[in-house]
Amino acid sequence: MHIPDGFLDGKTAITAAALSTVGVGVALRQVRRELPPRRIPLLGLAAAFLFAAQMVNFPVAGGTSGHLVGGVLVAALLGPSAAIVVLTAVLVVQCFLFADGGLSALGANLFNMGILGAGGGYLVFRLVGSRLRGLRGQVTGVAFGGWISTVLASIGCAGQLAWSHTVPWSAGFPMMASVHMVIGIGEGLIGALAFLAVQRTRPDLVAERQPTSTGVLPGGMVRYGLLAALGLAVFVAPFACPWPDGLEAVAAKLGFDAQATSSVVHAPVAGYRWPGIHSAAGATALAGALGTMVVFGLALLLGHLLVLKPTQEPTKAATKEPPC
Amino acid sequence: MLKDWLGHHHGHHDSLVHRLPAAGKLWAALAIIVGSVLVPWGWHAWFIGVSALLLLVAGLSRVGLWFLLRRLLLLSPFVLGVVLVNALQAAVPGAWLALAARSAICLFTVVLLSNTTPFGKVLAALRSARVPALLVTTLALMHRYLFVLLDESERMRRARASRTFERQRRMRWHLLGTVVGQLFVRASERAERIYAAMCARGWK
Repeated sequence: MHIPDGFLDGKTAITAAALSTVGVGVALRQVRRELPPRRIPLLGLAAAFLFAAQMVNFPVAGGTSGHLVGGVLVAALLGPSAAIVVLTAVLVVQCFLFADGGLSALGANLFNMGILGAGGGYLVFRLVGSRLRGLRGQVTGVAFGGWISTVLASIGCAGQLAWSHTVPWSAGFPMMASVHMVIGIGEGLIGALAFLAVQRTRPDLVAERQPTSTGVLPGGMVRYGLLAALGLAVFVAPFACPWPDGLEAVAAKLGFDAQATSSVVHAPVAGYRWPGIHSAAGATALAGALGTMVVFGLALLLGHLLVLKPTQEPTKAATKEPPC
Repeated sequence: MLKDWLGHHHGHHDSLVHRLPAAGKLWAALAIIVGSVLVPWGWHAWFIGVSALLLLVAGLSRVGLWFLLRRLLLLSPFVLGVVLVNALQAAVPGAWLALAARSAICLFTVVLLSNTTPFGKVLAALRSARVPALLVTTLALMHRYLFVLLDESERMRRARASRTFERQRRMRWHLLGTVVGQLFVRASERAERIYAAMCARGWK
């Protein structure tokens, strides 16, 4: 998902860079304010960990393999602001040392994987965690949030490539979204298993991050949400907004779409450049919603299977551990 | 593959290009990349000029053209895929050539920069460019412990391989998840030791 140099044109690269500069700035300020000094080395080590963890490949259907992005896992363990800083470090090192992801596309990659992926995924993690109490809710949240973050990042990437006229939306979006809906399952599964492994080995590391007062979002979260929404509005909405499409369909049926082109709200959208996209977009939205619900069910099942009896967990885990 | 690259990052190569100030190289690379992304495809002079300059620098740096080209090819599958999609689908006929040329030039620039400039010097340049200290510290720590943790995960992989005789499909996911979780625990325990060591040496 790392966009190389030359794939984004000036306006896309600059917009994405501006959005993620603001995001990283907010994250750095939050981290400086919230993180105790003794945890500062952990940021660097977590970045190194994430880099090493991204080397772990998992099998995806059809003989290909995906790898972990890990934004939601780190956000669940360290908090969203720290996760954005950690992902920034990972992406900068990947860009400079390994030429993975372009220098001019650094802003776009940061936006996709950091702000959309880790920020958006963390929001989902918290929402699930506030509905389902205890470890079960957290494991479900990491699994579902990991899947959402992968899909969101791929949609952001497809939008940016389409806005730069590199890959047309009609080709890029179905390809990116469908592939990452499959890869995201692996991301969610490994994230949940890793989260559980950390929780069983060092419960204090996990407990330290969990909110004491439920319902209150950690600092900066509102701003990341705003930035993510703004970015999606810029990169994706012109191509994919299902609501104008529905409205256009109604308008076309009633026979006044000639006037609709001059309407204030939907004039810049210009969604009817592609004939036949109305039904396709509707089908895509439906498939996406269905897929999301199926994955949420799977995540719920995973949480229940992995955390069978919360009260007896420690003894059970202790007997299972091989001697080493 | 990774070890192959690391050899060059930590190798003691020396040339005129290696000795140039890091900040200058960084800004020049940034200018080349931004220029190549922004300049319209019609300006052939820019692309030919930059390519000639890059080849000249590569020759002076004595990194080895074959090594650079191999790295370029290793990183290219995604680029080639998108170029192919673009060639088949785009409205403008010659757009794929522009795309390929732009990304090849940028990729070559970054590969050349990373192989002639130690990362520590890049960090120093970033610090003098007023990048927030917290981010630079994180980057420095990450770079320092990246290879330590990669070795650690390799040791864990070897230990696991020597203890499990057969690979079961059902267990594979569980093992992968546990390895990643263990790696995080080890990283955070190392971070605690590092903090103690930093304090003992008068950090702050």
